Amino acid sequence: MIRYTLGRLSSLVISLVVASIVIFLVIEVIPGDPAAFMLGINAREDTLAALRAEMGLDQPLLARYLDWVFGMVQGDFGNSWTYKTPVAELIGDRIWVSLPLSIYALSLSILIAFPAGIYAASRRGRMGDVYVIGLTQFGVALPNFWFAMILVLIFAINLRWFSAGGFLGWDNPFLAVKSLTLPAIALALPQAAILARVMRSSLIDILGEDFIRTARAKGLTRRQALWRHAVRNALIPVLTIIGLQFSFLLAGGIIIEQVFFLPGLGRLIFQSISARDLIVVESVVMLLVFTVIMVNFIVDLAYVAVDPRLRSRG
Amino acid sequence: MNRNLLIGAALSTVFLCLAALSFFWTPYDIETLDISNKLQGFSLTHWLGTDHFGRDILSMIMMGARTSIAVALLAVGIGVTLGIPLGLTAAARRGSVLDELIMRGNDLIFAFPSLIIAILITAVFGASTINAIIAIGIFNIPVFARLTRAAALPLWERDFILAARVCGKSQARISLEHILPNITNLMIVQGTIQFSLGILAEAALSYIGLGAQPPTASWGRMLADAQTLVIIAPFTALVPGFAIVLMVLGLNLLGDGLRDWLDPKLRVDRT
Repeated sequence: MIRYTLGRLSSLVISLVVASIVIFLVIEVIPGDPAAFMLGINAREDTLAALRAEMGLDQPLLARYLDWVFGMVQGDFGNSWTYKTPVAELIGDRIWVSLPLSIYALSLSILIAFPAGIYAASRRGRMGDVYVIGLTQFGVALPNFWFAMILVLIFAINLRWFSAGGFLGWDNPFLAVKSLTLPAIALALPQAAILARVMRSSLIDILGEDFIRTARAKGLTRRQALWRHAVRNALIPVLTIIGLQFSFLLAGGIIIEQVFFLPGLGRLIFQSISARDLIVVESVVMLLVFTVIMVNFIVDLAYVAVDPRLRSRG
Repeated sequence: MNRNLLIGAALSTVFLCLAALSFFWTPYDIETLDISNKLQGFSLTHWLGTDHFGRDILSMIMMGARTSIAVALLAVGIGVTLGIPLGLTAAARRGSVLDELIMRGNDLIFAFPSLIIAILITAVFGASTINAIIAIGIFNIPVFARLTRAAALPLWERDFILAARVCGKSQARISLEHILPNITNLMIVQGTIQFSLGILAEAALSYIGLGAQPPTASWGRMLADAQTLVIIAPFTALVPGFAIVLMVLGLNLLGDGLRDWLDPKLRVDRT
């Protein structure tokens, strides 16, 4: 168990270091002079010099990289050139939209997918299974931003149950959750379709195993065998997908935020791209990648919790 | 022939034909604006209506199909031409430093969701169709590399490979002459799935303005334009959306169908 955790931990650190180098190179080295890139061709020489000093471009590459990384570790992401505020503050404001949205969507996706997958697997080949499979085929093909537009058309414009977009903050938690509901559904359903399919096929594999036959032979009903033995064993591939999905939800959230005009990280990153504010883009991308790597690390550890066999394997 | 394969092949063929036809003929020219005829509903003159510039939506869908298919196909091409050789090498040199390097590199790309790669690329190089292809294509590399390695590893243990080694064939030759033909079916199925994911990714990137730029028609851009019009002209959003869903659905069914059809073992299992 300890060896396994240490192994995962070292690959976590390596991934983070390499990812940060890649992002640093793409943003700060490939454009040549990032300051000139950010300010465009009509920039005045003194503005350019100010930005160069601000970004520390007069220093050697390695020093700049280390400066950036150690700054981030201490929570200092630099200052936005366009907003004139610390990037950490900008992220801090917006993460309270993006993170709850991803978690909300992930929970919805699990809540829909688990029962659907288990139901389909237990009815394999019968009408219920065929319906679930058909629906998931459709769900997988659904672009989430288009689905979001359809949801707005039905539930915001025609039925007027929800607002068509915007976010007023967490002062009124009920309203906040309400305005995140349509975006979360739009994000969750296509992902739930994938998850339900994985749950179903994983469960069907497990239901064919000898230990399930043994469980039935010792007198458990089909239902008891399913719930006590099969579902838990079917969770391992499902966990992998959940880990991958979280990264899709974070990235997909960037698009859904555009549909619903939510002031999250997605909007921040697009505003920064059009303003060529590379300092913000660099930090937000690093933060997203950091989250994805961390989530996959946690999933790797969760395997061990679900599957004790992995503990001895190391 | 199974039902999935038939429906999938039919749907995919329809869109491929529409895209191919658009090179020679579209009902209307999509670069001519006809504001007096804007936002017309379905009619005999404009089967799928017109958009806010009075452009014929059917013609836009045909041109958009071309963009979608070209982007997705080239992105799969990047994944196949780089991913498969990497996977074959990793499998041939199993356990070596090279194998470890290739697989960790794959993990690293997986840590950047394709959208984030696209954002990084467009932040520095600007938005364009080419950059969308690269962003989607990079993400396809580890998919094919991992699958190739996983499929090739058990083959290396088989007797016919041992025989080839006894004959003195090099690892590279064995990979090309014996391993590759045995995993081709699997790659075709995965290629179909990545193709459909590529269509979705292209639509998403164009929707947020990071993909095809006007005047190139793209389903994602059509949806972005339709967003503010959805109240007065819902069909401007419905038509491109259904085009994406049907195309992706068709490719997914085709992939499922091909998997069953190409794999005799599954054919028995599934009954």
